[in-house]
Amino acid sequence: MIREYRTIEEVAGPLMLVKQVEGVKYDELGEIELPNGEVRRCRVLEVNGRNVLVQLFESAAGINLADSKVRFTGHGVELPVSQNMLGRVFNGMGEAIDGGARLIPEKNLDINGTPINPAARYYPSEFIQTGVSTIDGLNTLVRGQKLPIFSGSGLPHANLAAQIARQAKVRNADDKFAVVFAAVGITFEEADFFISDFKKTGAIDRTVLFINLASDPAIERISTPRMALTAAEYLAFECDMHVLVIITDITNYAEALREVSAARKEVPGRRGYPGYLYTDLATLYERAGRKMGSEGSITMIPILTMPEDDKTHPIPDLTGYITEGQIILSREMYRKGYMPPVDVLPSLSRLKDKGIGEGKTREDHSATLNQLFAAYARGKEAKELMVVLGEAALSPIDRLYAQFADEFEARYINQGFEENRSIEETLDLGWELLSILPKSEMKRIKPEMIEKYWPKKA
Amino acid sequence: MVEGKILKVSGPLVVAEGMRNANMFDVVRVGSNNLIGEIIEMHGDRASIQVYEETAGIGRGDKVVSTGAPLSVELGPGLLSNIYDGIQRPLEQIRLKFGSNLQRGIDVPALDRNRVWRFVPAVKFGDKVGPGDIYGTVQENEVILHKIMVPPKTHGTIVEMREGDFKVTDRIGKIKYEDGTIENITLIQKWPVRVARPYKEKLPPVDPMITGQRVIDALFPIAKGGTACVPGPFGSGKTVVQHQLAKWSDVDLVVYIGCGERGNEMTDVLREFPELTDPKTGRSLMERTILIANTSDMPVAAREASVYTGITIAEYFRDMGYSVAVIADSTSRWAEALREMSGRLEEMPGEEGYPAYLTSRLAQFYERAGKVVCLGADGRQGALSAIGAVSPQGGDISEPVTQATLRIVKVFWGLDASLAYRRHFPAINWLNSYSLYRDRLSGWFAGNVSKAWMDYTARCLKTLQIEADLQEIVKLVGMDALSPSDRLTLDVAQSIREDFLQQNAFLDIDSYTPLDKQCGMLEMIFTYEDRARKAIEAGADIEDICSLPVHERIARAKTVENDNYQNEFKAIKAEIAAQMDKLIAGVDAE
Repeated sequence: MIREYRTIEEVAGPLMLVKQVEGVKYDELGEIELPNGEVRRCRVLEVNGRNVLVQLFESAAGINLADSKVRFTGHGVELPVSQNMLGRVFNGMGEAIDGGARLIPEKNLDINGTPINPAARYYPSEFIQTGVSTIDGLNTLVRGQKLPIFSGSGLPHANLAAQIARQAKVRNADDKFAVVFAAVGITFEEADFFISDFKKTGAIDRTVLFINLASDPAIERISTPRMALTAAEYLAFECDMHVLVIITDITNYAEALREVSAARKEVPGRRGYPGYLYTDLATLYERAGRKMGSEGSITMIPILTMPEDDKTHPIPDLTGYITEGQIILSREMYRKGYMPPVDVLPSLSRLKDKGIGEGKTREDHSATLNQLFAAYARGKEAKELMVVLGEAALSPIDRLYAQFADEFEARYINQGFEENRSIEETLDLGWELLSILPKSEMKRIKPEMIEKYWPKKA
Repeated sequence: MVEGKILKVSGPLVVAEGMRNANMFDVVRVGSNNLIGEIIEMHGDRASIQVYEETAGIGRGDKVVSTGAPLSVELGPGLLSNIYDGIQRPLEQIRLKFGSNLQRGIDVPALDRNRVWRFVPAVKFGDKVGPGDIYGTVQENEVILHKIMVPPKTHGTIVEMREGDFKVTDRIGKIKYEDGTIENITLIQKWPVRVARPYKEKLPPVDPMITGQRVIDALFPIAKGGTACVPGPFGSGKTVVQHQLAKWSDVDLVVYIGCGERGNEMTDVLREFPELTDPKTGRSLMERTILIANTSDMPVAAREASVYTGITIAEYFRDMGYSVAVIADSTSRWAEALREMSGRLEEMPGEEGYPAYLTSRLAQFYERAGKVVCLGADGRQGALSAIGAVSPQGGDISEPVTQATLRIVKVFWGLDASLAYRRHFPAINWLNSYSLYRDRLSGWFAGNVSKAWMDYTARCLKTLQIEADLQEIVKLVGMDALSPSDRLTLDVAQSIREDFLQQNAFLDIDSYTPLDKQCGMLEMIFTYEDRARKAIEAGADIEDICSLPVHERIARAKTVENDNYQNEFKAIKAEIAAQMDKLIAGVDAE
């Protein structure tokens, strides 16, 4: 039996206290009926004796302590799922907003999911070709990986994410593929950019969209990524599809979390974010992966904008500790007009080592990758020295390194958002650039490999 | 059996009333799902309970039942090669029984109840036994002989002892206590995780734990029974360093605790270790490994327990006389779990919201490491080394967890993001890392590797320090301002950094370097330096020295086969001599 309570005692920010309730459980979903008949949703944050503290998912405007009614549904927040979700658009709470036919759910899934048993995971090792040299060549993405893009305000992270979504493929495989896109507190224009890009390429039919725009209630953002991931888990692990999840922007999510935490007067960690921000983010990111008993996979590309381009800000920092690498965008590259403006040196893919090499990409991949990194790092150092002391102060070899760094940026990094390079093209370009340097500098590459791949100059 | 009712639920914290007769730190079962929790505070008849599983669906009035015993681990044959969660539930068995996601309230015994072990007694009827004495042994796998020990505080006389094949819960014999009661002996014993297992005496650590990692063994060695920490920002290679230690350390057994870290990292260990061979025993590495996995998406309270679970299992094997390494990745997540519980208990926070008792808890954990004389009449010795990763926010090591850890541990391997960006791995910064064991271990190195070892390694550190000073000058006025002798120092330092310290964990041949080869590599580099200094004195041009072709051969020395490097090293040294002589001859001819 579902009881209704008219005992709302307090409403403050996103929180509401309901008194004299019976049998309400922690994390249960509740519904608030306003005097005008409108229904809003909430979730139990704390049960304390006969009082419960709930968090609203929508604005508190219009809630009336005397006349509003609250009822609890007996279960947590759930998302109805089915294969027909592909091609549909939902709001941040999982309700269809595209005016399409009513979805007949195959099942209702709790949006919090359950942790994957680490003993049941498969280690991700299938190379995904994104067609972007700085990713394929240097920070290789594999199926089941979570690889965020660390961006800053005004940088073209959306273009890069769209390019990846458009070009990503596993070679020699013909698998079922889907995109789940979660817009978390972004502007209409940014969301529209993605949608029209998906439409242009026809990917829209294979895409599920969850849209919470900047104008939508901020607290709804806490559930939007979970909705998206629940849909992704269903498609990946029950329908055996390979799902690419793009979540943008995690910074807005963390801010919504901070809002609730501040309202609860919790002891804050760094910069006012709650102490459990790491754990909370982990429960999102860790839902990526591959597991036994299913052919599918979830590959996640969360996007976050670093406040003040500061990598040590809690949001990028904690994200970096959970995700398997990061692609960092650089304002310097952007100003130079090099697209996608990837900051190569601090970018990283932790899972690349098992996804590259003979049989996956090419035998020379691992060695040339290290050599390219080392050479570019040295070239940049040489260029810094050059700024202070002038070119004459460099040794002849450092001058070559400086030249290498320039060409590397202009050709390897700068490929534009439209060019789709195969891994061979990327690797060959790497060799071509390395050949600016003398062979004796190739300390990280085996001599046989140099013999085989060193470009023959005309 | 005390039964109470729930009053309050707030995340992993549950408050129950009617618990006056329960003990502090008793394990309780919560709600109809039988979730596992632990009492952490008592106020009158109200108990505050931290629950090790997700508490969604729990509400007021649900029952809480105390088990009357503290959180304990099961110790006995079957621990090795296993993967457990933070409260010692076997994840592989859980997967087989319940599928690939973790459900709640699962009850599976830690040790397989159906597996049969061959037990060989070491005592017989009528023998008097005391704590730590050995009842007998089980050959658990090819690598580890599992000694079944008399539990601490137990004295008695054996009244029955059987040889044969037994399950862990079967009776292998009987013991008569001093008060006359007789009890069955099984292969299993239990031990509360928050209590350190007793030993006779602690000894100062004097043997190095050899890791095959050049920067660690040569510059910042750790002793068997010692403590170390690896702080570093994300992406600096903490986990790779930890994995390398788990793979190559010359210990008998490794307990790897994945505390609040990535699921895929545990999977990596789980899938990769069985295929790697231990250089010492020639057997699969997994045979000497136990994994404790409490990944970041698993309930936060169990994270707090996982480090204790891990170190208690390690102590148990130490008590058998083995050398054990506990590797915890990452202690920061454990500290965050403490912080979260502390916040929910509404305690007054210390720095950055961490509880005031953070330092003492960390100290208690690391102090369980050490080299000891074990209980038991045979006076055997065991060692427990503890290595913890720290994940400081923003890479800023002034934060409380790193600082509290540094006050306790003796070895500090500071990882540096700028080295990682240059792909200098392991990215251990040679300027701020330290090892307080260097002097204490010098005797061992002199006796077992080479008398020159300490000189070489000290010379490395000195050269790198001078390089850092010289680099400052170069940045201001350029390379040309340096004397040829200083230019040579830079050249040698570069060689130390690139040809010696850099080590590729993913290249089979480079992943592990035996000590004598490490010594040979250093000898080669310093032979080069000595020869080059002579050449400079004789008037050779520094540019010519720096561009000698032998450099490339020195650079490739690390990839020479480990068991057949001597000839190649000899040849390189000869080549150094020949090329230098040629240079000098050229000068003389002018």
